Amino acid sequence: MTTTAHPPRTTLEVGGLGHSVRRKEDDRFIQGAGNYLDDIVLPGMLHMAIVRSPIAHGRIVSIDASAAQALDGVVAVVTGEALAAHNLAWMPTLSGDTQAVLATDKVRYQGQEVAAVIATDPYVARDAAVLVDVEYEDLPAITNPQQALEEGAVLIRDEKEGQTDNVAYEWETGHADTTDRAFADADLVVSLETHYPRSHPSPLETCGAVADVNPATGEATIYMTSQAPHAHRTLFAIVAGLPEEKIRIISPDIGGGFGNKVPIYPGYVVATAASLLIGKPVKWIETRSENLISTGFARDYHMKGELALTKDGRITAMRAEILSDQGAFYADAQPTKFRAGLFHICTGSYDIPTAHVKAKGAFTNKAPGGVAYRCSFRVTEASYLVERLAEDAAWKLGMDPAEFRRKNFIGKDQFPYHSPTGFVYDSGDYHAAMDEALGLSSYSDWRQKQAAGPTSDGKLIGIGLASFTEVVGAGNSKEYDIAGLKMFDSAELRIHPTGKAILKLGVKSQGQGHETTFAQIVAEELGIPFDHIKVVEGDTDNTPYGLGTYASRSTPVGGAATAVVSRNIREKARKIAAHLLEASEDDLEWEPGKFTVRGTDQGVTIQDIAFAAYTNHPDGMEAGLEGVHYYDPPNMTYPFGTYVVVVEVDPADGTWKVVEMTAVDDCGVRINPMIVEGQITGGLTEGFAMANMQWITFDDQGNCIGSNFLDYLIPTAYETPKFRLGETVTPSPHHPLGAKGVGESATVGSPAAYVNAVLDALRHSGHEITNLDMPLLPHRVWGAINGIQVAP
Amino acid sequence: MKITVTINGADRTAEVEPRTLLVDFIRTNLGMTGTHIGCDTTSCGACTVIMDGKPVKSCTILAVQADGHELRTVEGLKHNGALHPIQLAFKEHHGLQCGFCTPGMMLVGASLIDRNPDVTEEEIRWGISGNICRCTGYQNIVKSIQAAGATLKEAAKETSA
Repeated sequence: MTTTAHPPRTTLEVGGLGHSVRRKEDDRFIQGAGNYLDDIVLPGMLHMAIVRSPIAHGRIVSIDASAAQALDGVVAVVTGEALAAHNLAWMPTLSGDTQAVLATDKVRYQGQEVAAVIATDPYVARDAAVLVDVEYEDLPAITNPQQALEEGAVLIRDEKEGQTDNVAYEWETGHADTTDRAFADADLVVSLETHYPRSHPSPLETCGAVADVNPATGEATIYMTSQAPHAHRTLFAIVAGLPEEKIRIISPDIGGGFGNKVPIYPGYVVATAASLLIGKPVKWIETRSENLISTGFARDYHMKGELALTKDGRITAMRAEILSDQGAFYADAQPTKFRAGLFHICTGSYDIPTAHVKAKGAFTNKAPGGVAYRCSFRVTEASYLVERLAEDAAWKLGMDPAEFRRKNFIGKDQFPYHSPTGFVYDSGDYHAAMDEALGLSSYSDWRQKQAAGPTSDGKLIGIGLASFTEVVGAGNSKEYDIAGLKMFDSAELRIHPTGKAILKLGVKSQGQGHETTFAQIVAEELGIPFDHIKVVEGDTDNTPYGLGTYASRSTPVGGAATAVVSRNIREKARKIAAHLLEASEDDLEWEPGKFTVRGTDQGVTIQDIAFAAYTNHPDGMEAGLEGVHYYDPPNMTYPFGTYVVVVEVDPADGTWKVVEMTAVDDCGVRINPMIVEGQITGGLTEGFAMANMQWITFDDQGNCIGSNFLDYLIPTAYETPKFRLGETVTPSPHHPLGAKGVGESATVGSPAAYVNAVLDALRHSGHEITNLDMPLLPHRVWGAINGIQVAP
Repeated sequence: MKITVTINGADRTAEVEPRTLLVDFIRTNLGMTGTHIGCDTTSCGACTVIMDGKPVKSCTILAVQADGHELRTVEGLKHNGALHPIQLAFKEHHGLQCGFCTPGMMLVGASLIDRNPDVTEEEIRWGISGNICRCTGYQNIVKSIQAAGATLKEAAKETSA
């Protein structure tokens, strides 16, 4: 059932769970004293610029670097041939494919890395990059997956042994037989074909590296914009053949990641190779255009979905077929076992007896990526599909979309719920979140306004819903790994003699406020004021191994590790307390920050205990008060919520604006409500961006349209709607704190709500619309209203 | 070329190439890294600084154009060792997450409330529309700027009283 947040057990000064304490990291950020990658300057540091392919597909005929090399200040020009001599021209991707570091045979997308110039000055490096003369022999460009799969299509991956077509992968899950039978018996079938367009996370800080290989010791310190420094160190060791203990990855303050900083990019590898060869530190910083055209994109799923329905509005089966556009290399950052991420969460919040999912990926002449952009591995695409279908089904059945959803929701008594594609949902109360959202948004009042017709100035009112369920917090490690690395995470906690603490984590913040949230977990568990706890991340020499931060896994996995290590330390503290109080351990009672002897006022604080751990610990006990825990989650967590969007569409020109947006999220127990709400408003904005304006597309030559912020539109404060937030709290039963993770819920859930609202406006004013693809650009909406085919 | 700027109250002279961007001059020549670079097209505002009292995007001005002018960066927001109300408000109202857009946002915000501490939400949203934030959804940035405006107004009342 819905509960309000548990009242905090600690004072605001201690700052445990439920307190909106202000963030520790802000003091440096508001003074311009953060330490981002480009702020790092090392003595003798050189600068690297990358030469990129101007064409989407072509054979490299020759590379003439002589003019570049002759330029004053140029130290070296690195080509694929030079890397090949060290077996570094190719590297593995996170999905088991290989990717060119610097192209040797041909280029496969516009912006692909062909050579790199190392110079004493960044301006000179770029001057020289322009002087590198590369001759190409053009090949036909394949710019969509349908084209890639046509008979006789040019083979993009001709270097790949055994590859005879442009298929990157094929995968299916669920139950074809029972699903087919349910469809044959259905009273009504609703189907939808839609494209979730290619998008790009474009964090405000682009990617970069400073590689510093010490020629005397062979030790490599690589500063990298990395969401997963430990995993990257291991992959570097494997790719470059460097001994792992000699590689130190430091991920400094990260200016936003959103999945974009999960993959290993050629620039990191080339900068490291260059530093190794030259013996000096080498800095590489992407320009915005380089970031947009060459680094991890997201989405680009062509989806066909169907719901089988009874005439009274129950869903009896779901079918989904995906054709994904992978770009030139299959580089999705996702668990190995699942080729289309966790797309099979596509039955969403509904109790659907059977489902079948088929997925096929195609190589195209576009940049690789497939990263989980503020999303848990393809969950955004899945949620979008089922929420669009739910809206269509309700419309076809003549039911209110809220009522249709309520009728099909998994009931709160059905948890743990076994989904037809194999997930076990941990907890939920979907009806409660829906009730809260309908109430906060005055849903029925808006329906009445809508029924009264257009607004006085002729705008069409539309109301859109989405009731998403996410799956986050990978693993368990039995089922989930990335490139073979099991998806656990870790926390190391040391309590110093004066009772102050340092917490070291395997995850890595990119703005989520880990230094605050994770300190609050320790504060909750040990009663040490959060101000006395320092949180360290992002340095592989000084933190325990972890898989990093993406797919909303930090709180579910790293947060759980922090809670468990704190509890383990508390158990040792109990023994020390018993020694200090000369009492039996069983007679001690814990309250945050203190053990007392039951029934007396005798007690010792955690600070007393910490001091004793180093000065007066019991005979036979190991000194110190510290521990490390590797947490392997028993299951994923399943955040959910209902979003209600009200829009006004102008039929004259197809523009639309959000009148109201109400978001009710249930992410389980909220550790720092202020930070949670910040994550939600950020995610709602990115959802709006995708529905309204933000996409990357290509012309038929494979030229990227969206290679800068003038073409790739990102909402500013002026376009961004205002948000009304609500919450329900259904704790995760298996997480030590009951928390579920929240970084991505709003981006997963909201795009369908915006799109459904626009469709609702058109349908309620007499326009039968089968599909509109995101982004809902004005000319597309206008074309739909007027029944006119418009350019994409 | 030799140029001299007054930055955060101090005169600084340096030799620069004519093509050096002001943002690179500030970050590299002066070593003040609070001013960030987020795009190549004057779109994102991460590089915003105040020149002669007005916010400008320092990636679109040459360092030589700043010769003889007065600049203020995020490092100069503090006054007599005390944080500026806009800095306090951004922390108090959670107006930042990754912090990368924050210096530019605070400088634009400070200049908005300098002109009018009663600046409305709509005016703020328009006023900061040259600055992109990918994390917050802007709602708390708007709140922070309004709160800082209220603090300024309060301070002005106390001074005049």
